[in-house]
Amino acid sequence: MIAIINYNAGNITSVARALQNIGQEFVVTDNTKKLNAASHVIFPGVGAAGEAMAYLREKKLDIWLKTWLSTGKPLMGICLGTQIVLDYSEENDTNCIGLVTGSTKRFPYKLTSGSQTLKIPHMGWNSVTFRHSHPVFQDISPDAEFYFVHSYYPAPSDERAILGTTDYGMTFCSVLAKENLVAMQFHPEKSGRPGLQILRNFCAWRGNA
Amino acid sequence: MLSKRIIPCLDVRDGKLTKGIKFKGNVDIGDPVEAAREYYEQGADEIVFYDITASSDKRDIMIDVVRRVAETIFIPFSVGGGIRNLEDMRKVILAGAEKVSVNSAAVNEPEIITQGAKAFGSQCIVLGMDVKKVDVSGKIPSGYEIVIHGGRKYTGIDALWWAKEAEKLGAGEICLNSIDADGTQTGYELTLTALISKNVHIPVIASGGAGKPQHLAEVLTKGRADAALIASMVHYRTYTIAEIKQYLNEHQIKTRILW
Repeated sequence: MIAIINYNAGNITSVARALQNIGQEFVVTDNTKKLNAASHVIFPGVGAAGEAMAYLREKKLDIWLKTWLSTGKPLMGICLGTQIVLDYSEENDTNCIGLVTGSTKRFPYKLTSGSQTLKIPHMGWNSVTFRHSHPVFQDISPDAEFYFVHSYYPAPSDERAILGTTDYGMTFCSVLAKENLVAMQFHPEKSGRPGLQILRNFCAWRGNA
Repeated sequence: MLSKRIIPCLDVRDGKLTKGIKFKGNVDIGDPVEAAREYYEQGADEIVFYDITASSDKRDIMIDVVRRVAETIFIPFSVGGGIRNLEDMRKVILAGAEKVSVNSAAVNEPEIITQGAKAFGSQCIVLGMDVKKVDVSGKIPSGYEIVIHGGRKYTGIDALWWAKEAEKLGAGEICLNSIDADGTQTGYELTLTALISKNVHIPVIASGGAGKPQHLAEVLTKGRADAALIASMVHYRTYTIAEIKQYLNEHQIKTRILW
């Protein structure tokens, strides 16, 4: 059973619908007993880091996530759920969970491509360059594009945690991977067929267990 | 690099498409959910729904449409038309839309943009702008005026000022519709689109006037648009989305080609 962590952070229903579409059973919950019983956990998120962390702390889910990670069972972060696995986020000057060392930074105000100033948020379809293969991204074409919408990006301090990068006036880390954690800045649940394939791969992945 | 988005627009009244949409084998589709599925499978990057239902007691039909669309397609979509307050926004977002678009309501009550952005995040709030070209005046220095009620009512608001103001209020994106170009199929209003796009920091979707792929190429380069809305040219099967994207890619405009 896949568990989606419910923490009032937006795109939970979209993730649930995508799992439904690929025929995967799931539960949406913030109850740690139910979460403990899961085989896989998805940590989604849309919204601001400050509020999200406040809610997670209140429910003690920040501590729970660390414990879960130590079990070796698969954990997937999506969008805000990726940004707050780092130590710190520049958004609302927020101390985060710290599953991966590093911080989440805002895109520079003057991002340019050629003569044009780029818009913030980075909104729309973009590709990911993978540094090495990973079970969650197997059978994903290098030409595949994914749906992004964000103004902040994850910046892990350990290069080895960077699985994929994306170009938007600069190169940023768009996919993080560390042991049984895989976390992406884009929304697989809104990225058409390649996105659904990533969710399918994740559900079949054993992590470190 | 970020792809330019191609976005078909579907008008819905009382839960049905207002015009049938022709697909393969000349199948006429009147169901917005099926039309959304077709465009999703054809490579649309996003879909926009405009609810033009007149009576308020039939509005919940649209919420049901939104829910069914969300179960069917796995790309972002937005819903506009008849969004008057936070409660209307909440219904549409909870039903599964990524974004809501506000137009007349935001002109009458600009705080709705701020309230929406605060409740759901800026990325959820699209400002729809209907614009007409007018004489340059002290009141309308850009020569483009905001009109509401389907272009029937002039507001005395300058379009460029309003775009910047909406960004400040918290809009995450602008859908810019030229009433003059709308329905002509002779091309987007390039001057207007470039003017707005280069003066705001949020993405701009160009709308009104698309008739052939060249028009999209123009608005995505000279017009500086981040995305292009299309309707008749794909609804009547004059072009497929794949053909449009192929044309754009041949002209060095990057679009998503694998879906």
